[in-house]
Amino acid sequence: MSYLYFPGCSLRSTGRPYEESILAVFKKLDIPLKELEDWNCCGATAYVSIDENSAFTLAARNLAIAERMQTEGKPAQDLMAPCSACYLVLEKTQHYVKADEGVRKEVGDALHRGGFDYKGTTRVRHPLDVLVNDIGLDRIAKAVVRPMKGINVACYYGCQVVRPFETFDHAAYPTTMDRLVTALGAKTVDWPLKTRCCGGSLTGTIQEAGLRLNRVLLKEATKRGADIILTCCPLCQHNLECYQKRINRRFGESLNIPVAYFTQFVGLALGIPPRELGIQRMFVPLKLAIPPVKEEHAHA
Amino acid sequence: MASTGMKQETNGWEPRIVAFFCNWCTYTAADLAGVSRLRHAPNARVIRVMCSGRLDPQFVLEAFARGADGVLVGGCHPGDCHYMEGNYKALRRIRFLQRMMKDMGIHEDRFHLEWISASEGEKVKTTINEMTEKVRALGPLGLPERFVKWDEEMDELEHTIAAQEEALHA
Amino acid sequence: MPENNGHDAPRVGFYVCHCGHNIAGTVDVAEVARFAGTLPNVVVSRDYKYMCSDPGQELIVTDIKEHRLNRIVVASCSPLLHEHTFRNATQKGGLNPYFFQMVNIREDVSWVCADGKAATAKTFDLVRAAVRRVAHHHSLATKHVSIHPDVLVVGAGISGIHAALTLANAGKKVTLVEREPTIGGHMAMFDKTFPTLDCAACILTPKMSAVKNHPNITLWSYSEVTEVSGFVGNYSVKVKRKPRFVSEELCVGCMECIDACVYKEGKTPDEFNQGLSKRKPVYIPFPQATPQVVLIDPDTCIEFKSGRCKKTCVEKCDRNAIDFKQKEEIKEIKVGTIILATGFKTFDAKRIPYYGYGKYPNVYSSIEVERLVNASGPTGGDLVLRDGRHPKTVGIIHCVGSRDRNTNRWCSRTCCMYSLKLAHLLKEHSDAEVYNFYIDIRAAGKAYEEFYDKLLEENIHFVRGRVAEVTDWAARPEEEGKLVIRVEDTLIGVVRRVPVDMVVLAVGMEPQADSQDVRRMFNISCSTEGFFLERHPKLAPVDTFTDGIYIAGACQGPKDIPDSVAQAGAAAAQALSLIDAGEIELEPNTAYVVEKDCSGCKSCLAICPYTAITRDEVKQKAFINEALCKGCGTCVATCPSGAIRQNLFEDEQIFSEIDGLLQDRESVSTGG
Repeated sequence: MSYLYFPGCSLRSTGRPYEESILAVFKKLDIPLKELEDWNCCGATAYVSIDENSAFTLAARNLAIAERMQTEGKPAQDLMAPCSACYLVLEKTQHYVKADEGVRKEVGDALHRGGFDYKGTTRVRHPLDVLVNDIGLDRIAKAVVRPMKGINVACYYGCQVVRPFETFDHAAYPTTMDRLVTALGAKTVDWPLKTRCCGGSLTGTIQEAGLRLNRVLLKEATKRGADIILTCCPLCQHNLECYQKRINRRFGESLNIPVAYFTQFVGLALGIPPRELGIQRMFVPLKLAIPPVKEEHAHA
Repeated sequence: MASTGMKQETNGWEPRIVAFFCNWCTYTAADLAGVSRLRHAPNARVIRVMCSGRLDPQFVLEAFARGADGVLVGGCHPGDCHYMEGNYKALRRIRFLQRMMKDMGIHEDRFHLEWISASEGEKVKTTINEMTEKVRALGPLGLPERFVKWDEEMDELEHTIAAQEEALHA
Repeated sequence: MPENNGHDAPRVGFYVCHCGHNIAGTVDVAEVARFAGTLPNVVVSRDYKYMCSDPGQELIVTDIKEHRLNRIVVASCSPLLHEHTFRNATQKGGLNPYFFQMVNIREDVSWVCADGKAATAKTFDLVRAAVRRVAHHHSLATKHVSIHPDVLVVGAGISGIHAALTLANAGKKVTLVEREPTIGGHMAMFDKTFPTLDCAACILTPKMSAVKNHPNITLWSYSEVTEVSGFVGNYSVKVKRKPRFVSEELCVGCMECIDACVYKEGKTPDEFNQGLSKRKPVYIPFPQATPQVVLIDPDTCIEFKSGRCKKTCVEKCDRNAIDFKQKEEIKEIKVGTIILATGFKTFDAKRIPYYGYGKYPNVYSSIEVERLVNASGPTGGDLVLRDGRHPKTVGIIHCVGSRDRNTNRWCSRTCCMYSLKLAHLLKEHSDAEVYNFYIDIRAAGKAYEEFYDKLLEENIHFVRGRVAEVTDWAARPEEEGKLVIRVEDTLIGVVRRVPVDMVVLAVGMEPQADSQDVRRMFNISCSTEGFFLERHPKLAPVDTFTDGIYIAGACQGPKDIPDSVAQAGAAAAQALSLIDAGEIELEPNTAYVVEKDCSGCKSCLAICPYTAITRDEVKQKAFINEALCKGCGTCVATCPSGAIRQNLFEDEQIFSEIDGLLQDRESVSTGG
């Protein structure tokens, strides 16, 4: 099992902890990741709303590179994109290139001029899907040296990993992250807002709208007893984490809940030192008592 | 001898398709198409059998040999055969026959099997329309004419050989 | 008129029907008649306005006599419609009816082809084929089978009960088989029925009692049909009678054994009460169950699990009715006709996670609510929720699982009316605020619209919009502790959040879970949705494509009680008409073996699904039992020696049809 890895722009900037924790976790689990050569920005959700064909072409270049990087005779390596927006754009591009003759032709022509002959074989995956469905909860549970007992986690998926294609989980009531968190020894909070919008770019453009949406999520998670919210998207993580003080001022709340990437949580359970997981970058400090490493792994 | 896609400029030639429909499902569906006035291509000529399992491969061969440009078989969906399993037997025979016909040089679009249930009048219409167009694109199969031609070729060959023999012995 | 066996020279009479404008409007019928007259063997060729009419048929009768015809071909509508009519006319003329062939130029030609030229050309081909085919017809004897007068009715809900009573009152012996321990079906669970608000039990129990006491009805409850074989008029059916471990003859339904059971209270979810209450291992579905006999559940009874129970039930029973050794019994009956009235099941609302069924305790399905409001239900008719509260607001969501591409596309027909009924009953029982969330209100029956009108005056709120979700997340303080229904109110164009205490899901009606297995057992078909398929949606709604088997009630499609009863009556009438006729004609299209050609290769033996073919070990040849043969023809196509032939569908007949269809082909250049 090995994967091609598409970091995307966010993971090299505001989403640094996501990359740090992914690389650390996959290294710990002995799964090789190879970064996509000469990858380019996926265009994120914005470009697709402006010019579909150009947007698909931009994203498809990465798919073409991934196909080119496959080794003949060896099993195919899927392209893993941790950022939910990158994941959705790449998956959507792949879907339309295969399903729509017009898109296939336009994208194919453009790629051809760039020296690519994309046959449409690349498979796009999200690390949540890879960890739980490929690597498997058994293997991860065995690798846990620090069972996260007593921690209540609100799993927040955002909208892009499950909609519109529902590739690996339900569109409104997903459970992949919850099952992963349970396998690590923690408890999950049962709440109906797992995929309710975090506001996306609204926190930057129409901030009032974005703050209102975030307030709902943070408040409900706290109300249901969550100690931490875990996310799988850099923009969700940013939105939920960075505006809590502002929301408190604006709406008279007293929110103070840490928001981390799920891979950071996995990393802690696997015994990886917090600094390697980017924990120090968190805006709302991770105050929850980190359970001790299990006795038999104390030497690790 | 290949019969693939040679479009002929024949005067007003229309594809002639012989269709074998099972009484309980496909024939009923064809009637339903009629009752619902679902107009479709008039190129199919229907022969009613009680079950698609009755279809003897010889019927298909005879149809082509007599000049059909296409043969269509309609039966009940697997699992729904009025006589339990007749359609499975038909499926087996037809798949084998299709392979043979291909080897014989008859394009696979000319011999088609479709499962159509009693309530699928619309499907009868689309199946006949689609098949008619496919066969039209392939052109006439014209086996009777080819048989005549081959017979003539054989006659010629015989004469040539006979003449050569004579010359040898002369 | 001398009967010939088909070996003399054919003298064909050909008739093409105008069918008014239906055929003649497109096909040039005069040309067709003229063309047919030129075909070999055709002696008489006519066209006529309505061949199926009396004068039309008379033409055939007269011509046979005057022109010594021995074959008849009629080109008109579909043989599925009038083959029988014209065979009769042929017979009236003194000819064996099977010397007749029909050409379908209406359903197959004039109704589907607007181009007159193409339609007429197609007709020429079909006519030529039929004229050639009919020359190879032989005279055949029509099979007559007698009809056994007894009837099997499967399913004892309102439809099965009504059909059984109708037949029994007509003097026929009916075996009524019901899977559950009691008859009454879904109707027995309801409280009141729309639109009259009759008490369901009040109108049903007299009928249940009539069934129990009728001398002509044998009621086998807690039983299932396991095997069906035979053919119309002569069905053999095996019925498995499941053991109650209580003797039906001895038990009087006093229910003291239930009180005496070592279980102090019930621990198993009660099936009849939809899991809203618990029952003991010894139980009766409801006190007025018919038959009024208790039963013991071997999966939960201690005596079965460990063999060491005190058996206080046995002690208490002064009739010695309890018998732990009771075994399953297989009964065999012979009947002539069968009526299937196996009913429906409700849509499982868990399939729509957005509505929270199974997740939030105060989300109910409509059938659960029927039990809640029922005075003999788990709460005695008190509207109390699973968490003990009495609801102040209730939301009823229509179309759950219905009219939806993701689940079931059809409308379940009854849900609007029962939702209105429940709205009324809930308000009556609790004075709560009641909201109905609907897409359309379908109130098409007699007095249904008036019922809806009345409700509008009872201050029930109607919101037109398909509910998006039921959630327990509170956006405002007043929503705390409530379930919030999120819906677009399409009449005012606003998305609303309606906080309620109780949600009722109007679940749709579906085919029973085992409907595919059941229909295979009886050899009938299902439609794409899975309901049993009727022979014709308008003209034969209770017949099936299998002679002698009828369907009635919700198993044929979602419907309410009045329609179910009507269909049950119709099915009973169809069965009666067959029984009283005493016999039925079967098409003699069976297969037969020509012994001199049979090589004894045994290829055909395994082919027949009806095991009609056996091997005569003495002659070393195949033998076909005509009574079992259904005439599919699969063995005919299988026989490598061509030794098996099929009446009415002989090889030479079909070959001649093929040749006839193609004979006129213009020579086409093919370019090799």
